[in-house]
Amino acid sequence: MDKKRKRSITRGVILAVLVLAIGFTVYSSLTKDKVELLTVGDTAPDFELVGLDGNKHRLSDYRGEGVMLNFWGTWCEPCKREMPAMDRQYEVFKDQGVNLLTINIAQSEFEVQNFLNSLGVDFPTVIDKTRDVRDAYNIIDLPASIFIDPNGKVVKIKTGEMSEADIIKNMEMIKPE
Amino acid sequence: MEKQVCVCGHENPVGTKICANCGRPLTEEAKSQKILDMKYDGSAIRSKTYNKSVIDKIWNFFSSVKVGVSLIIITLVVSSLGTILKQEAFVDAGNEAGRALYYEENFGTFGKIYYALGFSDLYNQLWYLILVAMLGISIIIASIDRGFPLHKSLKNQRVRRHESFMKRQRIFAEGSVTAEDASNTLDAVEEKMKKLNYKVRREGAALLAEKGRFARYGPYINHVGLIIFLIGVLLHKFPGVYVDDSMWIREGEIRAIPGMEGYFLENKEFIFETHDNDPTTAQIQQGVNAVAKNYQTNVVLYKQEEGSLPGQTDNLEEVKEYSIRVNHPLEHNGYSLYQMDFRLNELKQMSFDLTNKETGDILGKVSVDLRNPKKEYVIDDNTKVELMEFYPDFSGFNKAGEPQTLSPNPNNPAFIFNMITPEHPDGEISFVAIQQTVEPAGNNTYKMAFSGIDTVNMSGLTIRMDKTIPILGIGGIIFLLGVAIGSYWNHRRVWIEQLADGKIRLAAHTNKNWFSIKKDLDAVTEHAKLPQYIDQLDDEKESESDQNKEEK
Repeated sequence: MDKKRKRSITRGVILAVLVLAIGFTVYSSLTKDKVELLTVGDTAPDFELVGLDGNKHRLSDYRGEGVMLNFWGTWCEPCKREMPAMDRQYEVFKDQGVNLLTINIAQSEFEVQNFLNSLGVDFPTVIDKTRDVRDAYNIIDLPASIFIDPNGKVVKIKTGEMSEADIIKNMEMIKPE
Repeated sequence: MEKQVCVCGHENPVGTKICANCGRPLTEEAKSQKILDMKYDGSAIRSKTYNKSVIDKIWNFFSSVKVGVSLIIITLVVSSLGTILKQEAFVDAGNEAGRALYYEENFGTFGKIYYALGFSDLYNQLWYLILVAMLGISIIIASIDRGFPLHKSLKNQRVRRHESFMKRQRIFAEGSVTAEDASNTLDAVEEKMKKLNYKVRREGAALLAEKGRFARYGPYINHVGLIIFLIGVLLHKFPGVYVDDSMWIREGEIRAIPGMEGYFLENKEFIFETHDNDPTTAQIQQGVNAVAKNYQTNVVLYKQEEGSLPGQTDNLEEVKEYSIRVNHPLEHNGYSLYQMDFRLNELKQMSFDLTNKETGDILGKVSVDLRNPKKEYVIDDNTKVELMEFYPDFSGFNKAGEPQTLSPNPNNPAFIFNMITPEHPDGEISFVAIQQTVEPAGNNTYKMAFSGIDTVNMSGLTIRMDKTIPILGIGGIIFLLGVAIGSYWNHRRVWIEQLADGKIRLAAHTNKNWFSIKKDLDAVTEHAKLPQYIDQLDDEKESESDQNKEEK
């Protein structure tokens, strides 16, 4: 009987080790394509980019306040559609300590400024000329929005267009206490 | 029932076919065989012993050779499905919807189904990974299940085997020694066997000569190599171990290198050279008129200052200049950048002449940098051209009548200009695209006449880094070692017993290459004057063919 139990334990341990190793591999490769370095709960990678206003914008400058990052391009229709709602909610939430920083992917200042003007929106926008920040956040599909709480932790990662209700809900989540 | 007790008194685990002590066949099946099945030396395969708890059942499933072979076949077939159409990773479309559309547009309904079933990203599908994982488990468990019992039975081999075991070996002999004196026959056998590089053990009147036992471990060594190789592949998933990325970089552009944190690359120039030859007949038939000589990207590698943040580019330090050519990657810190692809003559700049439509007078020339257009282009005090809108990849008008751009790349640039001239100080508006001009106000005095383009080349590079190569190498070497051991060496055993009346009983077994063991035996038989052995399989064949003859 003793031998039998020993055998069961040995087999059980071998199987458990195999399942764990494989489970981890499968899990990590499934999450890899979406966000390799970034998942909810991580500290958002700090970055510094030059904005349309000519100033340097650094993510860590917003510590203590919530930040919504929005990656976009002028060729991206869903990006365009969600922008007016983002602009409206930014106006509402900015007095409550929630910031909006939109990040254009490597386009010219002329195109970016013109695009925002034609939409009639006016929120802080930076241009990721070298695509370095896009790589750091592993953004593949646009639009992509990252909601970061006052402690600099990622609370929500959203790929694709958001409704105004989504934006409100997520901005509520990152409002400072 | 815990044990199978042999007539000799030895307790064998359940499932044992041949007694580990004396070699008597234990099962009815083994007893009925003329020649014993010597696989795993008749020891009990672990999975065959019990089949009770859930753990045992899972264990038995994976240890089955049938399951293993099925898994190999399924994995092969499924993997090949992923090669029918291009994988998603190589589809140049912005987002998920774009990729779905790509498959439908390019491959029709089949493409749509292919995408829907996930074959377009096969190698990252959960079920595919699980399939490969099951194959890995199967290899490991089957090896443990068979390797350890085999090792045990080979290690604990007895010299003396029972008559019923000997008689059921393929090579068997029983009879009198042909020499006068039979007293030193075993000594003679031992002497000769040792000369033939056999290891000889004696126990009373019994002798066991054995050679090449390690060959039996070949398949298991081979599996160990495979498992090490698999572990190396699994390590790819850890950050910082493996990078396989690609980038497009335009001449004059500085880009962050994907997968290589903190590094930037500047493309100084892309060079494409062809051999200066007249096309041969064969080339003309194939529609080729030049032979490529060189694909080269002259680059500068930059690194951010220590402690810099992503996006900061005002503190780049030059690491090195290099000319990346095919097979001559830029190497730095374990990373390699390879020349993989190129695109020639992408639009960079478009020039227009501000022209009076009637007289043909040209007021001035305007050149628009398509990567960095400006708001206005001043010609003189009274004359300038304002750029109102720019669509780098114009794709038509949407429902609201607004011009659309498909991508940020200047594949099909379109402009809305406002031409301010002495005659029209408020300006005239003109929509200009390639081979298309729209004048919203009706009839303009001036037009932007297309006058020329400048182009740049783009270079496609891949970025590679793999820290697991030594592990993969070791795994591969062990694998091949196992294959060689299992293929080129064989395990030969000869059992000899001198019976009380001086007669000799001999049996021999090898896992492969019967010809060679017979050669060894011939030499020993001659030297020690042993009775002539018979190959019981030959016997069978002969008697079968005899029977056939008789039937005829």
